[in-house]
Amino acid sequence: MSILVIAEHDQQTLKAATLNTVAAAARIGGDIHVLVAGAGCAAAAAQAATLQGVSKVLVADAAHYAAQTAENLAALVLANAAGRTHILAPATTFGKNLLPRVAALLDVAQISEITAVESADTFVRPIYAGNAMATVQSADPVKVITVRTTAFDAVAAGNNAPVEALAAAADTATTQLQGRELTKSERPELGAAKIIVSGGRGLGSGENYHKLLEPLADKLGAALGASRAAVDAGFVPNDYQVGQTGKVVAPQLYLAIGISGAIQHLAGMKDSKVIVAINKDPDAPIFQVADYALVADLFETVPQLEQSLG
Amino acid sequence: MKILVPVKRVVDYNVKVRVKADGSGVDLANVKMSMNPFDEIAVEEAVRLKEAGIATEVIAISCGPAACQETLRTAMAIGADRGILVETDVELQPLAVAKLLKALCDKEQPQLVVCGKQAIDDDANQTGQMLAALAGWPQATFASKVVVADGKATVTREIDGGLETLQFALPAVVTTDLRLNEPRYATLPNIMKAKKKPLDTVKPEDLGVDVAPRLKTLKVVEPAKRSAGVKVADVAELVNKLKNEAKVI
Ligand SMILES: Cc1cc2nc3c(=O)[nH]c(=O)nc-3n(C[C@H](O)[C@H](O)[C@H](O)COP(=O)(O)OP(=O)(O)OC[C@H]3O[C@@H](n4cnc5c(N)ncnc54)[C@H](O)[C@@H]3O)c2cc1C
Ligand SMILES: Nc1ncnc2c1ncn2[C@@H]1O[C@H](COP(=O)(O)O)[C@@H](O)[C@H]1O
Repeated sequence: MSILVIAEHDQQTLKAATLNTVAAAARIGGDIHVLVAGAGCAAAAAQAATLQGVSKVLVADAAHYAAQTAENLAALVLANAAGRTHILAPATTFGKNLLPRVAALLDVAQISEITAVESADTFVRPIYAGNAMATVQSADPVKVITVRTTAFDAVAAGNNAPVEALAAAADTATTQLQGRELTKSERPELGAAKIIVSGGRGLGSGENYHKLLEPLADKLGAALGASRAAVDAGFVPNDYQVGQTGKVVAPQLYLAIGISGAIQHLAGMKDSKVIVAINKDPDAPIFQVADYALVADLFETVPQLEQSLG
Repeated sequence: MKILVPVKRVVDYNVKVRVKADGSGVDLANVKMSMNPFDEIAVEEAVRLKEAGIATEVIAISCGPAACQETLRTAMAIGADRGILVETDVELQPLAVAKLLKALCDKEQPQLVVCGKQAIDDDANQTGQMLAALAGWPQATFASKVVVADGKATVTREIDGGLETLQFALPAVVTTDLRLNEPRYATLPNIMKAKKKPLDTVKPEDLGVDVAPRLKTLKVVEPAKRSAGVKVADVAELVNKLKNEAKVI
């Protein structure tokens, strides 16, 4: 009996979310096996072997895992599901795409975005954009779970678990990846950043967003985020969106600039350690969750803030 | 080709729900209900495919209590041709909904199912993927662009690092993201017309589906509250607090 954690990686390195998912598995207790499926993914597998708490790494290396399609990965997980008590993946777009497919093939429920492990069959998860927390119990023989990464501290390295090759499952040949447009950035990944500078519609334009927030983010070594309104207005690409239906983040410091604080936005950032809001409207709901509220014009105060960070 | 669009009746997105004092769930008495926003986008996309001459019929499906008829009428006011209500008072979880939809796919033989990516009440983000699995079809979740031609779909998906484009043969399941389209407002004449469109009702038993929940909710509580913060007068005070009080910069 063991827990299977599906690694998210880019063939070379594990996505930070994988480390949080292993941490959630460790809370459940039991042998933890990490599945690394990819094409030319030996480096990612070697990294998985260093993670504390991992007892074995299983590598399925085949051309048809290069694109990481849900169809092919689900078939592989299904072929390796026997004897698993739990199957976990991060609640990222990768895990959310894959695990419901796995669960349905196993004829079990899937438990989405757990934030706490109460016992081997009982978990806490947010519902209604995080306005309520539900404790749910599963009677299914295998628990298929996605993990809210901000709720579990990443495991450290220092282990040397054995790495075993796994036979690939047949290629389902259902979907073809035509291309990816990934946002290139020197900045830290939004999900793993210690500081996030996030901008909303109040910035007025993409030009202002970049002109005002980038220098500030540079000084702070911060990632950049945005409200949906800022994304919709085309200020920044979609993967900047923080919220109920974007990314959930919980950095040490979150600066909300020109963001009103709609329920859907709060759902994605209200677990940040320290929240700063800069907004000219004293009644903006963002101030209800802000530790430090600066009621002021962002066009004046953001450059001042950047300057004073020296 | 037929397109099937599952539409869920949920608490309106503007409502901030309250947890019941006894911890049994959230208080839904007298709360405004609407179609799940992602499902409106799904209906709009299907109707556009019909207007473009690619689809021939758009069928909206809602699973739940009799009140879901309203949601189906809304879908028909946007442009769906008919509705099917799978009526039950049992609490439906995504696996059960996926099985009901699979049974209806067997019956209706659509080439495409367009679901929302996530219901904003349970925030599950599962049903479309589960349906694709049960039907053995390809899936494209979190779609921001859908092109259908020659029995194939090419779908741009919003993923954590940016965008990716997948191509696959139909039939398939697509789930919608917010930027796929901007749903139209239903006009009064279309709302009136929708009242006359066919709406069939079936029961889960008629479809041979066991909808009993798999997960038991033991309790529902309010999330931890943040304690009230402080107002800072200017940037200097803010920087001082961040450095010396919060110690985060
Ligand atoms: C199904 C659904 C899902 C959603 N998911 C998300 C999500 O995941 N994430 C998300 O963010 N939203 C989401 N939304 C949208 C959400 O409801 C809000 O519309 C959005 O968050 C508003 O963005 P905003 O705060 O940037 O814009 P606005 O609400 O327009 O706020 C702009 C703010 O800027 C301030 N401002 C303007 N000028 C200045 C100035 N010069 N100086 C200082 N302040 C200024 C204003 O006072 C105002 O408070 C979702 C909505 C739906 C229906
Ligand atoms: N009871 C339901 N009736 C109709 N469609 C549903 C129902 N539940 C879920 N769906 C569909 O599945 C999508 C995802 O829901 P969920 O998996 O619950 O987050 C929704 O956006 C709907 O398109």
